[in-house]
Amino acid sequence: MALKLAEVRSLVRAALATRPVEIGCDDCLAQVAAFAERELAGLPISDASQLVEHHLGICSECREEYEALLAALRGAMQR
Amino acid sequence: MTRPRLTWVGTFSRMADLRRKMDSVAQVSDEDWLRLLRVPGEQAQAAHRELHALLVRGLRIGLAGRPSAEALIDDFAQEATLRVLAHLDEFRGDSSFVNWALAIAVRVALSELRRARWHDVSLDALTSDLRAEVTLHVPTKEAPTPERAAARAQILAALGQVMFSDLTARQRQLIAAELRGMPQEEIAAQMGTNRNALYKLGHDARLKLQRGLERLGLSADQVMWAFDE
Repeated sequence: MALKLAEVRSLVRAALATRPVEIGCDDCLAQVAAFAERELAGLPISDASQLVEHHLGICSECREEYEALLAALRGAMQR
Repeated sequence: MTRPRLTWVGTFSRMADLRRKMDSVAQVSDEDWLRLLRVPGEQAQAAHRELHALLVRGLRIGLAGRPSAEALIDDFAQEATLRVLAHLDEFRGDSSFVNWALAIAVRVALSELRRARWHDVSLDALTSDLRAEVTLHVPTKEAPTPERAAARAQILAALGQVMFSDLTARQRQLIAAELRGMPQEEIAAQMGTNRNALYKLGHDARLKLQRGLERLGLSADQVMWAFDE
């Protein structure tokens, strides 16, 4: 299996960032709107939402969805 | 570092302020949304339409800059509305109802868009080169120093050991496909599973890879240094 430098970097970064307890994509979806609201309100990350923050750092799909949600909520606030 | 803790009063006040701004978009309380959507009849149909319209509006903003999404936004909102209705009991009230529904709509939309880009790519073909070692492809002009090359070789050998001894064939295929950019929805579909189960499979694989790296006795910084440009 031949990997490019960026791919190996991505692999080791993901492995090193792994925690014994993580939430999956469904749990992230259930909590991501509340996480986004806290971000928009300028509130610090709560203990409960640290698992969401970590998941968003690992899962590129959930991260992409979070950023689109944030953009939508920001747009809604400006109207 | 200890995170600053806000009092409940402060937290409530700032969240309430945010919700008020959101309320200019959706002037219905969460309780009213749930009540209206649950009871069959004209009011429920009107609430469905209103929710659909809000999701369309939110998706238009959230997906701006994605030309492939524009013509599909109404369909995405329709599918998301049905999904929200099927999962009303899962709304816990941590966020506003409309924002929770919008998060679902964004997932529906981006999942569909990702799958549309990848549905012609075969998972088996994409991962057909899984032979019993991990090698690094680096252009000759970017050859590393001897120290870095030695560290890379040691780490790649450890990764290869875990990949081909400790991981299952499905975990190997998942890791390889993810590294090549295939979205989890598509991997899951071709493996006959779902994104959440796939995440758990990947989590277990990453834990095994992490243990393999730890056995080398290198710090995280040393491992990352080895693969710096």
